[in-house]
Amino acid sequence: MPSPSEAGLIRQGASVLAHAIAAGEVSAEEVTRAHLDRIAEVDDRVHAFLEVVGESALASAVEVDRARASGEQLGPLAGVPIAVKDVMAMRGVPTTCGSRILEGWRPPYDATVVERLRAAGVVILGKTNMDEFAMGSSTEHSAYGPTRNPWDLERIPGGSGGGSAAALASFEAPLAIGTDTGGSIRQPAAVTGTVGVKPTYGGVSRYGLVALASSLDQAGPCARSVIDAALLHSVIAGHDPRDSTSIDAPVPDVVAAARRADVRGLRIGLVRELTGDGYQAGVSQRFAEAVAILEGLGAQVVEVSCPHFDYALGAYYLILPAEASSNLARFDGMRYGLRVGDDGERSVEDVMSLTREAGFGAEVKRRIMIGTYALSSGYYDAYYGQAQKVRTLITRDFAAAFEQVDVLVSPTTPTTAFRIGEKVDDPLAMYLNDIATIPVNLAGNAAMSLPIGLAPEDGLPVGLQIMAPPMADDRLYLVGAALEAALLDRWGHLLIEEVPSL
Amino acid sequence: MTSPTAYDAAIAGFEPVIGLETHVELSTASKMFCSCSTEFGADANTQVCPVCLGLPGSLPVVNRAAVESTIRMGLALNCRIVPWCRFARKNYFYPDMPKDYQVSQYDEPLCIDGYLDVTVDTDDGPRQFRVEIERVHMEEDTGKLTHAGGATGRIHGADYSLVDYNRAGIPLIEIVTKPVVGTGTLAPLVAKAYVTELRDLMRALGVSDVRMEEGSLRCDVNVSLNRPGDPWGTRSETKNVNSLRSVERAVRSEIERQADVLSSGGRIVQETRHFHEDTGRSTSGRSKEQAEDYRYFPEPDLLPVAPDAAWIDELRATLPELPALKRARLQQEWGISERELQSIVNAGALEQVAAAVAGGVDPAAARKWWTGELHRIASDRDLELADVPVTPAQIARVESLVASGSLNDKLARQVFEGIANGEGDVDGIVAARGLAVVSDDSALLEAIDEALAAQPDVAEKIRGGKVQAAGAIVGAVMKATRGQADAAKVRELLLGRLGVSE
Ligand SMILES: [Zn+2]
Repeated sequence: MPSPSEAGLIRQGASVLAHAIAAGEVSAEEVTRAHLDRIAEVDDRVHAFLEVVGESALASAVEVDRARASGEQLGPLAGVPIAVKDVMAMRGVPTTCGSRILEGWRPPYDATVVERLRAAGVVILGKTNMDEFAMGSSTEHSAYGPTRNPWDLERIPGGSGGGSAAALASFEAPLAIGTDTGGSIRQPAAVTGTVGVKPTYGGVSRYGLVALASSLDQAGPCARSVIDAALLHSVIAGHDPRDSTSIDAPVPDVVAAARRADVRGLRIGLVRELTGDGYQAGVSQRFAEAVAILEGLGAQVVEVSCPHFDYALGAYYLILPAEASSNLARFDGMRYGLRVGDDGERSVEDVMSLTREAGFGAEVKRRIMIGTYALSSGYYDAYYGQAQKVRTLITRDFAAAFEQVDVLVSPTTPTTAFRIGEKVDDPLAMYLNDIATIPVNLAGNAAMSLPIGLAPEDGLPVGLQIMAPPMADDRLYLVGAALEAALLDRWGHLLIEEVPSL
Repeated sequence: MTSPTAYDAAIAGFEPVIGLETHVELSTASKMFCSCSTEFGADANTQVCPVCLGLPGSLPVVNRAAVESTIRMGLALNCRIVPWCRFARKNYFYPDMPKDYQVSQYDEPLCIDGYLDVTVDTDDGPRQFRVEIERVHMEEDTGKLTHAGGATGRIHGADYSLVDYNRAGIPLIEIVTKPVVGTGTLAPLVAKAYVTELRDLMRALGVSDVRMEEGSLRCDVNVSLNRPGDPWGTRSETKNVNSLRSVERAVRSEIERQADVLSSGGRIVQETRHFHEDTGRSTSGRSKEQAEDYRYFPEPDLLPVAPDAAWIDELRATLPELPALKRARLQQEWGISERELQSIVNAGALEQVAAAVAGGVDPAAARKWWTGELHRIASDRDLELADVPVTPAQIARVESLVASGSLNDKLARQVFEGIANGEGDVDGIVAARGLAVVSDDSALLEAIDEALAAQPDVAEKIRGGKVQAAGAIVGAVMKATRGQADAAKVRELLLGRLGVSE
C-alpha cells in the first residue's frame, strides 16, 4: 500500500491517522512533519498559532514511533497532532491567553488536559490564538492580532477559540483543544464548519486552564468530525482530584455513542426561544433542513419552551465579568508577566496600575469594570444576586425540557461568520453572537456544534447545536454522528472538504 | 505610659464594650488548599507550588484536616456547626497575596453562636465572664512581606520589599466574639483572659501550637465607650495585637484614648488603628470612609462544605478534657484554693505543675517551683515555660534534698540554673558546683577564725559585749562559704567561740 502523500496526510481525520500510525502505514514523525510544514506554509495568512513547538512535537512523535516499534500498546490517538488553545498552562511553553500582560510567562507546570494528552501520545504542535483571556467572539480581541477564517480570510473565525477552529479548518491540525465559557468552542466551530463540544461542567478538569469565569469555563474537544471529537473527549475527560469542581463519576461512553450514530425513537426538542427573527435566513433554512433529516432518521421532534433563556445574556454578562474581575486580579506585575513603570521610585500600587493599564486590552478592562461594579457593596444583590437567580431558573428550564425530550437543538449562532472589524466597536452586537450558546454554560450541561451546510446567501458554514442533560454527553455524539452520517451520504464528503484552498 | 489615674478616670466616666477577632494558624501538616508543608522557618519561597503561588490556571482543593480542626474548635467553643457553608473571595490588591484575593468565609461561617467562659482575678476573688462567640471560620494566610530601607518599616517609604510566600495558604481560623459588655474596669483583663483561654483551648485540642512569637496568633481588638445609660459608642478596631500582654495593653490604652477624646468633647472616628508593641499605644490607620470594598462573593473554585451529623459526632468524640473542666478537676485533686489555682494559671504553669505532680512531686512543691524559681528562669531567659528543660524527676530530687536539709532554696535555684544551662543532672550539679549546705562545724569554725583574724577590731567589740557587731563576721563567713552555710548556725558558733551570749 503506498504511503499517503503529505497533502493527503493533513486532510485525514484523527481516527484515520491514528489507525495508519498504529498499523505502521505512516510514522507519527511523518504525520507531525506534514502538519508542521502546513503550518509553515499557511499560518502567516491564517494566524491560528501564537506559538509552534516544532522540536518538542517531533520528539513526542518519535517517542510514539519508538513505542510502536517496541510493541507497546498505543492509545487510540497516539501520534496524532493537536493544537492547544493558549489558555492552557504548558510547562516551559509561553502561555499568553492572548494578552500582553502574560507576555513571556512560561508556566512551571502542565494543565491536567495537557498531561492527559501527553500520556495518550497525542502530539502537541503549539498554542493557538484567542480573544484576550477568552473574552470575545471573533479572536479580534487577541493582543497578537486576529486569526482569519479559512473559508474567507476577510472574515472572523469565531471566538474566543478562533485559533483552534481555524487550525482545523486550514488543515494545520486534525484536533484541537478549546475552552467554552459562553460559546467559545461552539461558535468558532459553527462559523468554520468544524465540530466542537462543550462537555458537562466538571467533565474535563479545569486545572491549568487560566480562568475567565470559574463557574462557566469548560475545556473540550475540537475536530473535523464527530468521531474524532469523541476520541479526543474520552482522552481528556474524567475526574481530577486537583479540580474540586471535577465530577467523580465515570465518563459517558462518547466513542461508543458516536459509533452507534442512531436517533431512532429519540425525542428531540426545538427550543422556541432560540429561533426566529434574530437568525439569518440561511441559518434558519439549513437548521430546518437538518431537523427534517433527524426526523427522517426516526427521531421524534417537538417544540419546547425555555422561557427564561431570554434573560440568559443579561445574567451571563453579570456573572462572567464578576468572576473575571476577581480571577484577573492576580495579573498585577508582581510575580510574572508584564511589569510596567518599576523605576525604583514608584509605589507598588502605581506599578500595579500602570501594568494593568498597559497589559490589558479594552474588552478586558470593560469586563473587569462591569464585574467590579456588579460585586460592589450595595449593588451585589441587584446584579450578581439577581443573575444567580436567573441562572437557577435557566437550569430549571433545562430540567423541565429534558423531562419531555432527550436532547434539545438550535442553530449554534444567529449568523454566519461576519467580517473582521464589522462588530469590534459594538460590544452589544458582539455579545449577541453567543445568545444560543450561553444558556448551557449557565446551567452546566453539555452541548455540541456540528456543521450542517453553507448558508445560500453567503456560502459560509452554518452550525447546529445539540444540548444534552448534565453527564449525558454521549447523547450529543449519538445525535451528532447520526446527522453527520446522513449529511455525508447526501454530499459524499464532509462539509470541511468544501473549504477553499489557501 | 499607662497611668492608672487616667485609666481610673476613664472607667469612672464610661462603660467599655469590647470585641475580639482572633486569627490563629492551624497546625495541619499541609496548607489550606494545596499539599505544601506548613513547617515554620524554611528558606523563603521553598514551600510553594502553583496553587499557593496563585499561578494562572491553578485551583484550590480544601484540606480536610483544616475543616476538622475548625469543627473541633467550634464544638469546644459550644458553637453550632452549620450543615452547609461556602468559602468566599475577599478581593483586594496587595503584594503579599498571590491571587489578589483571599479565600475566606464571609456570610456563611462554618461555626456560629458559641461561648467561652473566662475567669479573671479581682480584689474580691476570681470572677467569671461569659464571652459569646459570633462565628468561627476558615481562611488562608497571606505571604510575609519584609520592607527594606525607609524609616517606618512599612511598605510606603521602603527601598524595596521582599515577599516570602511560604506562609501564603497556611490555614487560619478566625474566631470572632459578640460584643462583650458589663466588664467595666476589668475589660482589659477579660480580653487577656479570653485570648489566654482560647490559646489553652487550641493547645488542648491540638489544632494549633499557638506559637505567638512566630506570629501564629494575631488579634484585632474592638473597643467603644459609652456613658452609662447611653447607646454604644463608635468603635475603633486595633490591629496587630500579637501577644497576651499586648491584648490587655491595647484595650487599656484605647479606653484611655477614647475617654480623653470624648471627655474633651471630641468624636470617635470609626477607624482601623495599628498597635505598637514598643510603646503600648496605637496610631490611626485608615478610617471607615476610606475602607476597602472587598467585593465578597462565593468562591466558585470550591464546593460547599457540608459536614454531616455523623462526622460532627465523630469529631465531638475526639474532644479532649477542656481546660476549664480540667482546672476544676486539678484544683480538687491538689486540694488548693481557687486563688492558688489562679496563680498557677496566671503563671502559665498549669501543664508543668500537672506533669510534675504526675511525676511524683508534691502538689505544693510543684506549684512553688513552677510559679517561683522556674518561672523566673523562664522570664530571665525569655523562654516559654514549656521550654524550661526541667523534668518532674529533677524537681522531685531537688525537693527531697531541700526536705532533708542538704539544700536550701537559694542553692536549689542554682541547681535549676545548672539544669537550664545543660550542666547535667541534679546530683551532678550539686557536686560539680559544690552546692551542699555546709554543716560541718570544723569547716565553719575555720572560716570564723579566719574572719575574726581579718577583722580584729570587730572581734574585740563582740568580746566587749557588742553582740550586734557579730553581723559583720557572719557576713564574711557567708561570703567565704559562698552562701552554703546556714547563717543562724554561723552566728551560734561565732558567739560560742568568743564566749559571749545574746
Ligand atoms: Zn502550595
